[in-house]
Amino acid sequence: MTADTSTRAPLTMDQLAAVIAHDIPEGSYVNLGIGQPTKIADHLPKDKSGTVNVILHTENGMLGMGRKAEGDEVDADLTNAGKVPVVETPGCSYFHHADSFAMMRGGHLDVCVLGAFQVAPNGDLANWSTGKPGDIPAVGGAMDLAIGAKDVYVMMSLFAKDGTPKLVQACTMPLTGINCVSRVYTDYGVFDLGPDGARIRATFGITPDELCAKVAALHR
Amino acid sequence: MARTSILATSEQAVAGIEDGSTILVGGFGLAGMPFDLIDALILQGAKDLTIVANNAGNAEVGLAALLKAKRVRKILCSFPRQVDSYVFDELYREGKIELEVVPQGNLAERMRAAGAGIGAFFSPTAVGTPLAEGKEERTINGMRYILEYPIRGDYALISAHQSDALGNLVYRKTARNFGPVMATAAATTIVQVNEIIPTGYLDAESIVTPSIYVDRVVQTEARHYTVKGAR
Repeated sequence: MTADTSTRAPLTMDQLAAVIAHDIPEGSYVNLGIGQPTKIADHLPKDKSGTVNVILHTENGMLGMGRKAEGDEVDADLTNAGKVPVVETPGCSYFHHADSFAMMRGGHLDVCVLGAFQVAPNGDLANWSTGKPGDIPAVGGAMDLAIGAKDVYVMMSLFAKDGTPKLVQACTMPLTGINCVSRVYTDYGVFDLGPDGARIRATFGITPDELCAKVAALHR
Repeated sequence: MARTSILATSEQAVAGIEDGSTILVGGFGLAGMPFDLIDALILQGAKDLTIVANNAGNAEVGLAALLKAKRVRKILCSFPRQVDSYVFDELYREGKIELEVVPQGNLAERMRAAGAGIGAFFSPTAVGTPLAEGKEERTINGMRYILEYPIRGDYALISAHQSDALGNLVYRKTARNFGPVMATAAATTIVQVNEIIPTGYLDAESIVTPSIYVDRVVQTEARHYTVKGAR
């Protein structure tokens, strides 16, 4: 697939979450970053028995994380990495923080999906600090996650609020990781990153030529 | 006789913590936060503390209450800024607290190294980023790594679900988080538990923290808080 111009408009973040959910192979161990990527969990395909065959990792120490807890299900001892109460799934397991990050750093996770401020075609990622003076620095697990899966995907809007592309020739914001992102999912298109730069895998509501005209980091 | 002391009150459990101590504080947000031990520490009065924790306090309970009481000189953590970290935010903006930001996995592994007697280790996390500046880098088998040193505590304050009379611990769900690692990395590990049960009643296959890492245990009433505004 090189171009999918069947959609007339760019995707909403929920539609994009569904696209990503369907690209994650069955049986994968997956970490979904805080923010937009958490939406992907709602769109993971179910088999005939209603089971989701992707196992979610949450870096605060659990495999087999379930959905957000509601009402009486809320247990203060069971949260996701965003500190939102969640539920268990059958076969889930708990482990401490050093094990959780060893699992990540050791390359055992298949896919990690992260939000981003900027991504470059060489796979450099900036998603932890805008670099503005006066901001309180906070990195959490971002730098560990960026290097912590066999495939690191980014999910983001292609353009910032001021209209500038977030897929850039070189990141200007403080880096989270280098050469770590392999694919970028955006509302206007999906891009594979590799030695030849960013290659268009799909577009949404825009042609590849129009997209290349708007985003300098993209080439046909 | 067990080397671990089972104490009657949180005040007894935190007795003797000196001014200027480095204290590892368990919890991820509010899950696993040792609320009673921290409240007792505030009453005990130790000041000029260096705290190692994942976050820099939520609302005004637990670690945030200790910060509010102005007992903390410096904090090492991965994610200070949160929806309800206003106590820390104000102290930081006023220059009244020192902050060292450490990536979460390195924070955990540096404590693990301390507990395991490792002198230092090379981590791939943060290579090429501002948090690696000034640190030694080495390329091993074509991969770039940063040299990271252990983080040791004078004390660890953690919470667990159950202890037996020897100090063997089991945890509950994701409240486990930093507890098992911090327990290994401090000279004195102090634990609050929801329940103390007789020795022999924990499943030996399920004990997460063996008693050798535990110095003092106190049973406290479980308190449950969730982070307001988390999404």
